Amino acid sequence: MRRTFPILITVVVGWVLIVADFIPHKPFGNLGDDFALYFDIIAVFAFILGGGNLFRIHLTKVQKKKKDWPFSIVTLGGFIVMLAAGLFKIGNPGGIQGDVAAVGSLFNDMYMQIFTPLQASMFALLAFFVGSASYRAFRAKTTEATILLIAAFIVLLGRTPFGLWLTSGLTGDMSFLQLPNLTDWIMDVPNLAGQRAIMIGIALGVISMSLRLILGVERTYLGGDSD
Amino acid sequence: MTNGAMKKQSLVERLQYIDRRIIFAFIAVAVIVPLLIGAQLKEKTTPIVQAMFDNVEGLPEGSRVLLSYDYGPTTAPEIQPMVDAMVRHCAERKCKMYMMAVWATGHNLTGETIEGVLRPDFPDLEYGVDFINLGYKAGNQGLIRLILVDFKTMYSTDANNIAIDDFPMMENITSLRNFDLIVSFGGGFPGIKEWIQFAGDPGNIPIGGGCTAVGAPNLYPYYPSQLVGLLGGAKGAAEYENALIIAYPKYEDYPMAGMSLMVSQTVAHIVIIFFIVFGNVLYFILRARGMTKEGLGGVR
Repeated sequence: MRRTFPILITVVVGWVLIVADFIPHKPFGNLGDDFALYFDIIAVFAFILGGGNLFRIHLTKVQKKKKDWPFSIVTLGGFIVMLAAGLFKIGNPGGIQGDVAAVGSLFNDMYMQIFTPLQASMFALLAFFVGSASYRAFRAKTTEATILLIAAFIVLLGRTPFGLWLTSGLTGDMSFLQLPNLTDWIMDVPNLAGQRAIMIGIALGVISMSLRLILGVERTYLGGDSD
Repeated sequence: MTNGAMKKQSLVERLQYIDRRIIFAFIAVAVIVPLLIGAQLKEKTTPIVQAMFDNVEGLPEGSRVLLSYDYGPTTAPEIQPMVDAMVRHCAERKCKMYMMAVWATGHNLTGETIEGVLRPDFPDLEYGVDFINLGYKAGNQGLIRLILVDFKTMYSTDANNIAIDDFPMMENITSLRNFDLIVSFGGGFPGIKEWIQFAGDPGNIPIGGGCTAVGAPNLYPYYPSQLVGLLGGAKGAAEYENALIIAYPKYEDYPMAGMSLMVSQTVAHIVIIFFIVFGNVLYFILRARGMTKEGLGGVR
């Protein structure tokens, strides 16, 4: 029963929504929109579930002094302070009715002064890793690697004004060889073809997986094997 | 590798295994110094960005533009310049701007635009009449699908919890179909793809986009039939700023964030290219000396 009932819900809802798309009359006509609204309501509760889960897991970790438990104190502290600042709108110029992200509120100050620099710093580290990874990976060891190397070289230079300056002498019939133009060609032709192929492949995969779900063949989303 | 073995290595071999901290130091200098100098670099506007600009430029006065902040602080340094440039352009065109976010982290960033661009540079624009902040709502693509049909089901108040019907610019807004242009900033999920799939295509609404440089290649297949234009990374922002300066020369001496970032990006790219070329020269020297492909490494 623990598996049959969820499968039944998935199969019925799946088929009803597919049928509803082809019948623009009541009761089918608005079913898709109604379900979108249900989804939005459930999404709001998912925040409560997610927050509660985060709190429970880290509290347990601190209580049992599991590995790296001091980090959990930081997580819990950040979570509680940010939650309180947002829920009670501490320091909000508009009071309890004001915008949670109003300029001058504690929530916004913490977001702008703590959260933003931390996240931006983490992302900025990518520049360093890209630098060292390029040095390590872009070696013309094979034909494929050489093609990748040439493409990377053109795009890296073509995406800067330096690339245009370097090849600005190529005018007239040769202007297609200017690095920015070559970069555009790489983006518009080989990249586009590859991306489209990947997208079509993913779409076909999604269709086949959806069919498996609504036919009740795919059951891994239910978890364990026991009934 | 033992010390004895290290001593036997030639200079070329040692350079082959260059310490990654040296590369990090070069990149740091390449990025930081141009930012400190504060120079700006103009970018020639490419067709995909020009199309976005022309679309906004072609909007008649009073057109409704929905700006969705679908990004967070991680990508804000790259995306915020393009948001600011486009908001400036919309304000010049006297468009009505509706700001919202399908990312929770995007809500706070709407304040950056209001307080950083609209209030100081366009003091005549009035909240609720010329621009409005609708804030963040949960639901991802479900939210987009829902507001395509009924906007006020989800947005009964603005971000300040004031009834939406109290604002003149919200009159006659019943669904996303009432907007002349939707621009999503941020290439993650949910983002530009979801706006196309759940609003642009079913509602026949023009969609524009702005995303990080790494996210742009994934969105090229949607241009030009499903995406009116796309701004990719700091370069996209700088290109849009360039188009803005050409159309509105009063911005000629104005500090533009995208153009400032392009100086750092250009120098950093040159440094990376130098290391790639340097690494390959070492590689071929060592290969000429008879070392196997497998024996040739890179950064430690």
